[in-house]
Amino acid sequence: MGMTAIEKILAKNSGQEVVKPGDLVVVQVGTAVLYDNNFAPSIWREILKVHDRDRIVVVFDHRVPAKDIVSATAQKIGREFVKKFDIERFHDVGAKQGISHVLVADHGYALPGSVLVCGDSHTCSAGVFNCAARGTGAPDMFYAVTKGETWFRVGETIRYDFEGKLEAPVSMKDVFLHIADTYGSHANQNVEFGGGALPGLSINARRTMTTMCAELSAEFATFEPDDVMLDYVRERNPAPFEAQYPDEDATYLDRRTIKLDEMEPLVALPDTVLENSQKVGEVAGTHIDQAFIGSCANGTLDDFAAAAAVLKGNKVASNVRLLITPGTQNIYLEALRHGYIETLIEAGAVVTNATCGACGGGHLGILAAGESCITASTRNFKGRMGDSDSKVYMGSPATVAASAIKGMIADPRDFLN
Amino acid sequence: MEFTGKTWKFGDNINTDLILPGRAQLFTEAEQLRCVFEANRPGWIDEVASGDILIGGHNFGMGSSRPAARSLRNTGLAGMVAESINGLFYRNCVNWGFLALECAGISTAFEEGDEAKVSFEDFTVTNRRTGDVLRGRPVPAVLLDTMKAGGVLPLLEAEGLIAAAE
Repeated sequence: MGMTAIEKILAKNSGQEVVKPGDLVVVQVGTAVLYDNNFAPSIWREILKVHDRDRIVVVFDHRVPAKDIVSATAQKIGREFVKKFDIERFHDVGAKQGISHVLVADHGYALPGSVLVCGDSHTCSAGVFNCAARGTGAPDMFYAVTKGETWFRVGETIRYDFEGKLEAPVSMKDVFLHIADTYGSHANQNVEFGGGALPGLSINARRTMTTMCAELSAEFATFEPDDVMLDYVRERNPAPFEAQYPDEDATYLDRRTIKLDEMEPLVALPDTVLENSQKVGEVAGTHIDQAFIGSCANGTLDDFAAAAAVLKGNKVASNVRLLITPGTQNIYLEALRHGYIETLIEAGAVVTNATCGACGGGHLGILAAGESCITASTRNFKGRMGDSDSKVYMGSPATVAASAIKGMIADPRDFLN
Repeated sequence: MEFTGKTWKFGDNINTDLILPGRAQLFTEAEQLRCVFEANRPGWIDEVASGDILIGGHNFGMGSSRPAARSLRNTGLAGMVAESINGLFYRNCVNWGFLALECAGISTAFEEGDEAKVSFEDFTVTNRRTGDVLRGRPVPAVLLDTMKAGGVLPLLEAEGLIAAAE
């Protein structure tokens, strides 16, 4: 009986011929990513030995530059750790600054066929690289950094095949909302993506999907390897790797085909994305106070291009604050060079430095009680972006941009053509 | 290991932002404790007593990697039983040392306030009011040992890999 891609990655890294759903596996960790929250005084325990400093990446992303004394203290502790163990792959405030999952992609840190862990739930982002990437807790990270291994429960796998072609302004965010709305929770399950549409889907688009799989409660999200992905990694990291392809006779809990041509802009209503979305037309006119585009899911150059296409020549409504937060400082610079930043600022957007920012309600755009936001970011839980009596709607960057112009939830197709 | 206590019931998809709001992420453990369930069940933190047991629905703990399991442990709860537990939250229960059991049917078998007996020997849950006995999903021995030991930090400390807590 064959294995799915994720089962093969877990087998390879646990030194076994075969793993199957229900197994508990202990795997070698190829890459361990520490971020600023891990160094917070209420979490941090001084590390006395590391297993292999070259397998460690350190990123400050949640609250950069430091927004208060406690985050400044966490970053100070982090810098001391980096210095103590001479960690080379370090992304401090500055030119290399960015959100960990975006940096992992842009630097090719996640090698196909390997295991990557990080103490942030959206680590599944790196599954786009055929990597067993999983968000873990802080204690897991101490374990992985000091012992070089971790454990996983092997779940069953759902296979999604993408067919056809996405037509702008419909984006992978809309495709994700469709999957979350139609199929709901994937708790204790893996998701594997493939299909004939793959060559036409950029790494950024694919990564929006894998990142959002945290919201499905999926264990692992992986893409089947293809040349687009393999070339992307090779251009960024000379290290050797062995991508893992699913066996032809792999066992899936279910196989589902997603016809990209049939997708349309969706908006998730507040509190969850699971079985909670509507077509944009059905919620058009809903009041908003803030609009946000950013995060590890939607802080890419593609996302700012999509927003700029809608906003060009338009103005943000006077009742709305449009906040744009690039995923990395490098993406910020690229967006500047492409003219997107100029378009966004002329329209009335505020562009912040690269950070997790408003997505997690940490800083740079927190909601007051009674306020509503439409966001192209990762999560819309109650209170996620501020007061527990605020509301978070979720849509694509194009839908967020259109809503910012109208001052209420709006259809991006009204602003294109 | 088994324990008996009064139950508190919560629904499906209880997420980490409800257990430990984002604004509290960098707070001290004591400050974080005060924020548990403040959005969905204000005042509960003053009602829960040491040794009580939380009963959850499906996909309990969905969401973030934050130390929400540590905050639940710090409420004094003896442990929790849910229809199903989110994978990331389950890791955090193991690694922060909070006893957690998945048990199908638990949310219909209990009304809030019922007394539960939870066994981590045979992974059963007994409703002392109705006498119903449910069988949960066994916790692998290595994970159970970690849960009982208070999580992985004491283990790493004993091996000289991390410093002792201050």
